[in-house]
Amino acid sequence: MTETLHETFARLWTLDRDVIAIAWLSLRVSLTAVGLGLLFGIPLGSLVAVARFPGRDALVAVLNAFMGLPPVIVGLVLYLLLSRSGPLGGLGLLFTPGAMVAAQAVLATPLVAALTRQVVADAEAHLGEPLRSLRLSAPRRALVLIYDVRFSLVTAGLAAFGRAISEIGAVLVVGGNIDGHTRTMTTAISLETQKGDLSLALALGVVLMGLVLTVNAAAALLRGHAARAYG
Amino acid sequence: MDLLRRGVLSLALAAGLAAAVPARAEPPSIVVASTTSTEQSGLFKHILPLFKDKTGIEVKVVALGTGQALDAARRGDADVVLVHDRAAEDKFVAEGFAKARKDVMYNDFVVIGPKADPAGIKGAGLQDAFRKLAEAKAPFVSRGDRSGTHSAELRAWKEAGVDLAAQKGDWYRDVGQGMGPALNTASALNAYILADRGTWLSFKNRGELTVLVEGDSKLFNPYGVMLVNPEKHPTVKVKEGQAFIDWLVSPEGQTAIANYKIGGEPLFFPSADKAGK
Repeated sequence: MTETLHETFARLWTLDRDVIAIAWLSLRVSLTAVGLGLLFGIPLGSLVAVARFPGRDALVAVLNAFMGLPPVIVGLVLYLLLSRSGPLGGLGLLFTPGAMVAAQAVLATPLVAALTRQVVADAEAHLGEPLRSLRLSAPRRALVLIYDVRFSLVTAGLAAFGRAISEIGAVLVVGGNIDGHTRTMTTAISLETQKGDLSLALALGVVLMGLVLTVNAAAALLRGHAARAYG
Repeated sequence: MDLLRRGVLSLALAAGLAAAVPARAEPPSIVVASTTSTEQSGLFKHILPLFKDKTGIEVKVVALGTGQALDAARRGDADVVLVHDRAAEDKFVAEGFAKARKDVMYNDFVVIGPKADPAGIKGAGLQDAFRKLAEAKAPFVSRGDRSGTHSAELRAWKEAGVDLAAQKGDWYRDVGQGMGPALNTASALNAYILADRGTWLSFKNRGELTVLVEGDSKLFNPYGVMLVNPEKHPTVKVKEGQAFIDWLVSPEGQTAIANYKIGGEPLFFPSADKAGK
């Protein structure tokens, strides 16, 4: 164990350009997926929070449950959809970074929506009454509340990023772990583990953790700065 | 339903993204469905850059078990398959999913086990060794993933007269994974396992394991390559796929395969010149 750890840190210095390319791909795919997740998840979550309609409770339950959507199932369903023999096969997306973005976006969206719904619902408990008395439509009320809780939504984005960048089940199935093309940090770590090169796998794990920490630190800085400037 | 719609929307958007990316002149590329043994042994990392330098064609390898690789090709998700399970390959051709199969190379299987060798199989023939393993109920790790190696293992039990369905018990661990993870498991359990020599040579986490049985003619492990039939799947990139196959069996490709060595030992032996004889 200690020997492996020692080797791990020795190898950290020798990681080459390949690793940087893999890390960059992971980052690009996951950030794009989170972007899509925010794009769809925030409007959905906030609308569910402010609007009243039949089946709303059921939708909330589904959103909450889908926070735990198993990545490998998402991967499998997308694989069948995107396969050349599947309904979306014509897109030619299987085994491309685009397919990995789609898979992670499917994972990120319900997570963002459920967390958004929660913070917007909490905000509505305070502000809902006056907003309704202004006779604003549900989308307008949602917009005002989203603005009110915007800093809390950073956490939703970070949670989605954490889920996206750390999952392997979906990207492995729809990406195919192709060297130099769809190999991400997690699939690379898995591959090195399979090859029995545990110190290299651990070294890659250290890089992945560094990546996650950096993104979170950047978000915290941004949030702090924005809160001071516009809070 | 809403979720489904959003899923499709995300997909559409991602499709837009993916469509936007290749706009900056991607080089021609093919998808090759192959086996974990060729990928994890490092062979592709050695030969693919040579092919790309010569033709400009990028080869994207998806490493699966042989059975899975053939299934992916049946669905049209690969242009070329490079696998090692002769019976399954012949079936693939018979079904019309490929028009021809070509010999590319071979390596051999080895029976790996703990240095202490409690079942006493060292130096035995394959048949004897597997019979002894079943008698001793020595811990054995099976790939269990419909891979070429898994097929070879099942053949070995059969030929040793072992009725696996009746005799397997706690000693027989079916892990359902690739060669590497199966070797990791065997290493942790100090168990016996059938492995291809290539993956074994490049495998680093060996622990107490060593080669106990090798050289039996039944351990011969040939690899074949096939272009997916474009009449089944019009999306198959015939020109690029055929170029890759032609290169693999050309003297240049065959030399590249022979030159891939770990610790001075070759992992695969070219065999294209023997094809058709």
